[in-house]
Amino acid sequence: MPLFDSMYNFAGWLSGSAQEAEDLVQETYLKALKGFSSFQPGTNFRAWIFRILRNTFLTSRTGLEALRTVPLEDDEAEAPAAVVILDTPESILLERAGQEAIQAALSALPVIFREVILLADVEEMTYQEIAETVSIPIGTVMSRLSRARRTMREVLQRAEEKHG
Amino acid sequence: MDSDTWRPKIERYLDAELSDEETRAMDEHLRECSSCAAEALRQLQLRRGIKQAGHRYAASPEFRRRIAAQIFSRQPVSRSWRWATVPVAALALVAITIFSLRSGRPASNRVLAELTDLHVATLAASTPVDVVSSDRHTVKPWFQGKVPFTFDLPELAGSPFTLVGGRLTYLDQEPGAHLIYDVGKHHISVFIFRDQPELAGGAVTPESSQLLNFHIESWNSQGLRYFAVGDASSESIQELAGMFKRLAKD
Repeated sequence: MPLFDSMYNFAGWLSGSAQEAEDLVQETYLKALKGFSSFQPGTNFRAWIFRILRNTFLTSRTGLEALRTVPLEDDEAEAPAAVVILDTPESILLERAGQEAIQAALSALPVIFREVILLADVEEMTYQEIAETVSIPIGTVMSRLSRARRTMREVLQRAEEKHG
Repeated sequence: MDSDTWRPKIERYLDAELSDEETRAMDEHLRECSSCAAEALRQLQLRRGIKQAGHRYAASPEFRRRIAAQIFSRQPVSRSWRWATVPVAALALVAITIFSLRSGRPASNRVLAELTDLHVATLAASTPVDVVSSDRHTVKPWFQGKVPFTFDLPELAGSPFTLVGGRLTYLDQEPGAHLIYDVGKHHISVFIFRDQPELAGGAVTPESSQLLNFHIESWNSQGLRYFAVGDASSESIQELAGMFKRLAKD
């Protein structure tokens, strides 16, 4: 089945529940079939089907609630070049942060940041693919990704300092 | 150029989004600038952590079977799916066609093509193996409960091969073991699945034993189907395959 495992994992991360992930994946396949004529051969199939999955999520009750908690500040305003690099002690290795800490930090990210970081780092999509999936310009992909990673780093560092 | 110019580009560099020219320049800069190199390492560590932790949700076998049945079966499982059977099959067919067209490979080599893809994709991943160990007695037990079969790994002492580690893989919705061996600077993937007619259909023929310049060996032993894939010489692949085959006879 095309992209079944990736879609299920992404659906799980979006919704936070196995039951909802199943519903989302099932509905995505149905919608993909129904709207297959809208898929243009030669364009990116993965971005197309992930976009259906994401839109299905955003119109679900959990999705609508998740969007309500998104910060209102203008994320487009921050250019990727303006990323503030934290002066981290070398000894703090983020990799040491346990899997659970990373998962908790990911879950705590607002959905518009969580989705780009998952598409980039777990699905290994290019900026272009992410832009197509999320329907935002590439510049916004870069700024959201930078902010998402920076937030992850800050949260994990705080967790490390707390336990370390 | 100084660090201030390069630092903001590290993220795009690690995302492989810089131009070839900028990538080369960044490679060079990182060799010279320890502060940027340390920053790149920190960013890389975060990514690796996220990639590992990000594989969190796995579908239950039952859900997987249900969706597969709905997509591939001619007998719709529920009324709501009845209307969808034909377009579902069409979608699957189109997806496979797109895949075949993109990779330009004949459908008869589908299994082998998928395995070479798995081999290449795994080596390209930042964390190719889930269990990192050169000890077969560590790697083999890791698969307990993850694959529905057990297998033996050959003793490598005195051979040119080293075991890098293993990972769980899937082929046609069937879980399998993916082991990675090194010989010299080459990597060889050994895939093990429960043998099935579809996999036997992927048995290596003289025409397919070399796909996209990868050498491939396939054999069946005790109900399991093995594939060895890599860019090492065909002699090396055969030698490693021979070590696995001898296990069955011992």
